[in-house]
Amino acid sequence: MMVAKSENAVATSSAHTSGASAPGDRSGHELHAKELKQQQRREQWSLLSLALPGALIVFFVIVIPVSWLFFLSFLGSDGEPTLQHYRKMIEYKSYARTFSTTFQVSLFTTLICIAIGYPLAYFLAQLPARWAGIFMLAVLLPFWTSLLVRTYAWLVLLQRKGILNDFAMQIGLWDSPVKLVHNMTGTLIGMAHIMLPFLVLPLYSAMRKIERDLMHAASNLGASPARAFWHIYMPLSISGMVAGSLIVFILCLGFYVTPAVLGGGKVIMVSTQITAILENQFNWGAASALGVVLLIATLLLLFVAARVFKFDAALFGKG
Amino acid sequence: MSWWQSPASDTQVTHGGRLWLYILAIIIMLLLVIPTFIVIPMSFSDSQYLEFPPSTWSMRWYHEYFGSNKWMRATWTSLRIGVLTMLVATPVGTMAAYALYVSGHRAARLIFMYMLTPMIVPVILIAIGVFYFYGRVKLNNSIAGLVLAHTALAIPLVMIIITAALRSYDLNQERVARSLGATRLKAFFVITLPQIKFSVITAALLSFLTSFDEVIVSIFVSGGKTATLTKHMFSALRDYIDPTIAAISTIMVLISTVLLLLVQLAGSRDK
Repeated sequence: MMVAKSENAVATSSAHTSGASAPGDRSGHELHAKELKQQQRREQWSLLSLALPGALIVFFVIVIPVSWLFFLSFLGSDGEPTLQHYRKMIEYKSYARTFSTTFQVSLFTTLICIAIGYPLAYFLAQLPARWAGIFMLAVLLPFWTSLLVRTYAWLVLLQRKGILNDFAMQIGLWDSPVKLVHNMTGTLIGMAHIMLPFLVLPLYSAMRKIERDLMHAASNLGASPARAFWHIYMPLSISGMVAGSLIVFILCLGFYVTPAVLGGGKVIMVSTQITAILENQFNWGAASALGVVLLIATLLLLFVAARVFKFDAALFGKG
Repeated sequence: MSWWQSPASDTQVTHGGRLWLYILAIIIMLLLVIPTFIVIPMSFSDSQYLEFPPSTWSMRWYHEYFGSNKWMRATWTSLRIGVLTMLVATPVGTMAAYALYVSGHRAARLIFMYMLTPMIVPVILIAIGVFYFYGRVKLNNSIAGLVLAHTALAIPLVMIIITAALRSYDLNQERVARSLGATRLKAFFVITLPQIKFSVITAALLSFLTSFDEVIVSIFVSGGKTATLTKHMFSALRDYIDPTIAAISTIMVLISTVLLLLVQLAGSRDK
């Protein structure tokens, strides 16, 4: 911020040195300062206008549609204002089940991601930067691959006669094919695979920032490796872990494709219920209300996250 | 002293004592990568059912894919929308990122947050909202409508990448150019842009991929002749497992792998 401000001042004053104002003249100086300020303001506004096309697109695609849905969520089928869609959410059992499924899927996915992602990020953070860059491809490659493709791959891997069942039966883990897909198990496996990079990336960058000397010092002072890890490393890496977990949790809340395909109609999340309401009943009010609740839950979580620690810094690298 | 006994950490744990971590990490990385690549061998199977390893090999599903009018049209649509999204989102996002970073206006931070909303609002909500709104302004099933929606989804990505690049770039250089008489526009194109160009390329490739891989908005907003590849794939997945999808998936995996490697190369050259 500061840098940018002084930059404008430099630019405008350099334009002015060729101007006619006489140096040393007091009133001239005051005029000069006023003019400078005006110019700076004009420049700032003309710069900001560069953001206008993008802002308009976001307005058109996000603000108008989402506000419209917000409005629709308070309208009954007769077009009269009503709170019935929200009341139904409290009264109907099916809604309660959807909310609890959504919460469970998000929570379990996050926990699985932490359990798998922490050792992986730790491993990567301990490597020399060169090697870490190469092994990082294992995280980035799935991240870049279409989630539809990955969901499809899991559908194939987990099916009754799929590779996983074959393999498990060969090594004697179980005797007859186990149902691994079109249920909660399949959904969680697929979701964890898709969400893992969102946890590993922020966690890895947090771990990279930990001073290695601290571990050195702990060791010098007589701490065992395990003690040094639990008392020094772990607490320092926790902010990255919380940031990553929150991203994963929030993304899970609104997830659609994977539960719809791998859940096989048995795992009803908020997003799948929204589309079901639209497809079966064409009830825009009820679908919108559910969407609004989803949005509010997301925003609340983000708000809490921003309050608890510098969330944007964790997301977008150091400020 | 062998590698086995040499210290691996600052707390003098040896590589041997860390073996469990290495093995665990390799298993996890395999679990990450295998499901991404498993579709490749499967796509060359001759069987109706998906078996692994395939008992007989053939190009059957590729013939099916390249011979199908439906799949070819969808692929063409997705490619067109992806390229158009890239062409709109990259300059628009770059302009916005530059403006907000350089202006130093009090509102800049707020506007930046606003521009990130497409990333924060759950996509399902965007999808049905856009579907409803487009129904009113007659943009459903149109290429323009999809490009617009995908552009909004890509803008936050472009802005994050470009802002990061501007942060690591010394803006004083642009000031020097301007004090020597260049206009802001000229200073940007001659001095700044060449130095952040690999980030711009990364942003462009990512916005293409954002559009090309996008599923949910496409399911709602595209249809008929403008149905995208992902829309057809999704309905095929929900109803039955069509091995043609393995062939298409293979092509999609190859595209993203190539793009990722390009970006990695570009990224290492920007520094």
